[in-house]
Amino acid sequence: MIGRALQYTFLLLATLFFLLPVYLVVVTAFKEPSAISLSTTWQLPDRWYWESFAQAWNAFLPKLQNSFFLTVTATLLSAVLGSLNGYVLAKWRFPGANIVFPLMLFGMFIPYQAVLIPLFQFVRDIGLGGSLWGLILVHVVYGLPITTLIFRNYYAEIPDELVEAARIDGAGFFGIYRRIVLPLSLPGFVVVIIWQFTQIWNEFLFAVTLVSSPANQPITVALAQLAGGEAVKWNLPMAGALLAALPTLLVYIFLGRYFIRGLLAGSVKG
Amino acid sequence: MRWFRNKDTLYGFLVLLPSLVLLGVFVYGFILQTFLTSLTDWGRDPTQALSANPQINLIGFENYRELFTGFVDARFRQDLVNTFFFTLFFILGCIGLGLGLAIALDRAPRGEGFFRTVFLFPMSLSFIVTGTIWRWMLQPEGGVNQLPTLVGLPKGTFAWLTSRDQVWRFSWNDLPFFTGLTVGLVLLLVAIAAFRAGERKRGLMASVSAGVLFLWAFTLGRALKPLPYDELHGFNLAFIGIILAAVWQMSGYTMALYLAGLRGIPEELREAARVDGATEWQLYRHVILPMLAPITLSAVIILGHISLKIFDLVFAMAGADNAPTDVPALLMYLTTFRANQIAKGAAIGMVLLVMVALVIVPYLYRQLKGEVRR
Amino acid sequence: MRNWLLSLVLLLGSLGMAQSGKLEIFSWWAGDEGPALQALIDLYKRRYPNVEVINATVTGGAGVNARAVLKTRMLGGDPPDSFQVHAGQELIGTWVVADRMEDLTPLFRQEGWLDKFPKGLIELISYKGKIYSVPVNIHRSNVMWYIPAKLREWGVQPPKTWAEFLTVCRTLKGKGLEAPLALGENWTQQHLWESVALGVLGAADYANLWTGKLRFTDPKAVAVWNTFGQVLDCANKDAAGLSWQQAVDRMLEGKAAFNIMGDWAAGYMTTTKGLKPGQDFGWAPAPSTAGVFMMLSDSFGLPKGVKNRTNTINWLRLLGSKEGQDTFNPLKGSIAARTDSDPSKYNAYLQSAMRDWRTNRIVGSLVHGAVAPESFMSQFGTVMEIYLSSRNAQAAANAAQAIANQVRLGQ
Repeated sequence: MIGRALQYTFLLLATLFFLLPVYLVVVTAFKEPSAISLSTTWQLPDRWYWESFAQAWNAFLPKLQNSFFLTVTATLLSAVLGSLNGYVLAKWRFPGANIVFPLMLFGMFIPYQAVLIPLFQFVRDIGLGGSLWGLILVHVVYGLPITTLIFRNYYAEIPDELVEAARIDGAGFFGIYRRIVLPLSLPGFVVVIIWQFTQIWNEFLFAVTLVSSPANQPITVALAQLAGGEAVKWNLPMAGALLAALPTLLVYIFLGRYFIRGLLAGSVKG
Repeated sequence: MRWFRNKDTLYGFLVLLPSLVLLGVFVYGFILQTFLTSLTDWGRDPTQALSANPQINLIGFENYRELFTGFVDARFRQDLVNTFFFTLFFILGCIGLGLGLAIALDRAPRGEGFFRTVFLFPMSLSFIVTGTIWRWMLQPEGGVNQLPTLVGLPKGTFAWLTSRDQVWRFSWNDLPFFTGLTVGLVLLLVAIAAFRAGERKRGLMASVSAGVLFLWAFTLGRALKPLPYDELHGFNLAFIGIILAAVWQMSGYTMALYLAGLRGIPEELREAARVDGATEWQLYRHVILPMLAPITLSAVIILGHISLKIFDLVFAMAGADNAPTDVPALLMYLTTFRANQIAKGAAIGMVLLVMVALVIVPYLYRQLKGEVRR
Repeated sequence: MRNWLLSLVLLLGSLGMAQSGKLEIFSWWAGDEGPALQALIDLYKRRYPNVEVINATVTGGAGVNARAVLKTRMLGGDPPDSFQVHAGQELIGTWVVADRMEDLTPLFRQEGWLDKFPKGLIELISYKGKIYSVPVNIHRSNVMWYIPAKLREWGVQPPKTWAEFLTVCRTLKGKGLEAPLALGENWTQQHLWESVALGVLGAADYANLWTGKLRFTDPKAVAVWNTFGQVLDCANKDAAGLSWQQAVDRMLEGKAAFNIMGDWAAGYMTTTKGLKPGQDFGWAPAPSTAGVFMMLSDSFGLPKGVKNRTNTINWLRLLGSKEGQDTFNPLKGSIAARTDSDPSKYNAYLQSAMRDWRTNRIVGSLVHGAVAPESFMSQFGTVMEIYLSSRNAQAAANAAQAIANQVRLGQ
């Protein structure tokens, strides 16, 4: 019985630890700027004040649109490429694949600071400097290792006999992909898309270095600049943080199961 | 699947080719270019630093020499120390809390789904969002410091993100000695493990290497002084806040890993142990935890490489200029894009890469070696 | 070379051709400093109603965040049409030497500005005889702020020298005031340092630091750090977490007696806080710096390869005009860079600053880009760090000299 009590105490304390920041964000976002003071941080607002959200919404709407465009495009592209790559690596092993695959995977672990300077020059030299397309290219390329990995592990589960049978029926490389692999791919795509969506939506380093013109800024950069500015009234950054977090939070709440699968796939073995 | 020199395999290769080329350029090509840049003087001459067609010269490993033994780059060295402590406590925190949560959830509490959702949701947030939230939580006069007042205690006074207090200080000149000592100790442990497992040859090798290292540490290592004067570094207490926020965000990840592991342990095994009269404590200590060891390794590696690279969280929480919470990834950004020392920024990037590679390469090798044999 | 083209464009522009298209202005004037910029933009829009003005601001005092963003844009081939840059080495030593800016001498000639701006200021924005930016304002860095009523209450006078300051500081601490000096984040500490340096070294030796005539390792320069350390002991311990406005607030709330900050603080106190200069708050030159005006100036230039060149030139023309300067500066809390501005439009503090600007000895600010190139300035933070963590004056001085050598300061 003591064990049970201990277990629940621990869980409740942990819940408190995880939810306190959320409480503070919500409470602050709903306070009037003049009502925010450090010593009354934890109190509920006297009057629920929606204006901050309207302001944050107006300020952030273009950035949210940038983020959506960037995230959706880059996610879909990297998912499609990852699916094809995964199919090749899982079902058409060619000599050297065992060397090529780890070399690909290494790309998802590198600190991007080690490629940032040439990357910056490259994106500029191909004429995509400062544009969202440059950022999309970068996210697609650096997303390839993880999408390939997830699909490869996923397709490894498809029995080779199925593929063999299709071959005997005369299906070729693309035929097998279209008729056997692709129809079974839906859960794989969901996992990959959710994973990439959260990653790209949340990304900051590339966004802040490659796209610096405010017109093309993704939401993370805008939020960092708003909150990092001086003498900020905290209602606005908090409302902004909620807006910036909402898309990925919704994905997590409604598709959490797949989110966790992507999470676990990140540790290389599925 | 057999492979033949047939059309389909060729297609396969062709499909893969664009990705290979892209990654080849974007990962290996750019790393090489960064490395070459780090060997130049790009940025030292202001007239060339930001020029459209800069004239730059090779100067060998001068930038690296400055970073580790130069006068001006004390900040970089403190950043390395910061990263070390941050990584250590971040991993310990995530493993400890994650494992605790996983065990508590594994014992089927009521509302398990709710708890799991709560513990995992920070994972879906951006480090920038987390940083913004915790920046507000850790304001010196508010947030967490005000919490004690809710139960009638005096408010806290710790300057969470800006404290200049440092503990566990040591001189940079002692680093060769400590490094030798630590590596030697690890090798000694390897040796003991090998002897226990009956692998005499390996054990002998390891113990001899350990002995050599100890000898080196106490003689040459002691005498090796990178700097002509003592430069003190230590654990910046300002990092406690960053660690707290990082653990808040990432411990759900370790929880998910452990939970998956716990769910994979067959119920029969637990039953068998219980039948043998094991207490719950013994059950975990001797049966379950050892089975989770590979998961711990994975978690350490993944968390470790995240913490070595940490950038956005610090940027959003403390700003780029807050030296007590500086990390190499942030310094690289500032050095390159604010101080215009592009070559030195490249050198910092390479140091980061080497640190991450030291963690990741052996791991990838281990993980994939097993598969290839399959 | 391209000068004739510029002249032609200027000519066409002055003919009042209806302009359309866009104009992107990059600055760090957000928040409290935003209204002044907005007034300028409004003025521009009245003249060129068809031009869409994009106001790209990056927040962060003294441009600490903006400069990195600007760099990624310039290097990335996406330059804003015109950007805010401190007159002096921040402009010359960073952008002009790298051949990134257009020569604006023809604009100055055509507008007859050559004798409208102080000669020393024009020198600050010139390189090899050509002028590269249009200064909008003059700020003073070495000002000490206080509240007269509070000082009377504590029974102290505004200190005239750093020695006096330390005495007053001890007195106030004795009366229970924990931190008599209000200090803010990183760059405001460097800002304090430059006032201490000016006070300890005097104007001549302070200027010699930046030309290389006085080395940082000279005992005189090392002494700056010792005084600085003593002054720091009078300041609040949570400085690094405060913006400059919050530091000013500390003083206004009576939790501190003094604040050393550039005179944008006057703008903040009058515009945002609604206080009356001379009554609600008082000022004096930072200790030991009476008779010296440490200046900085915000200016705008024309980067090479901008998208909307004509619109930008019109913007620069507005900035340099009397109307533009007298619209902007009273709101910004600075004095006009032009010598012919109308004093009646300025408040009591600014009128006193105008007098000092004309009569005092002028030196340039370090933190605000006048005397040292960005490569030195941004690494000066490291020097500060070495000092703050070790409190070792010699170590800090050595580091400063090492950086000065590395970036070839004064050469």
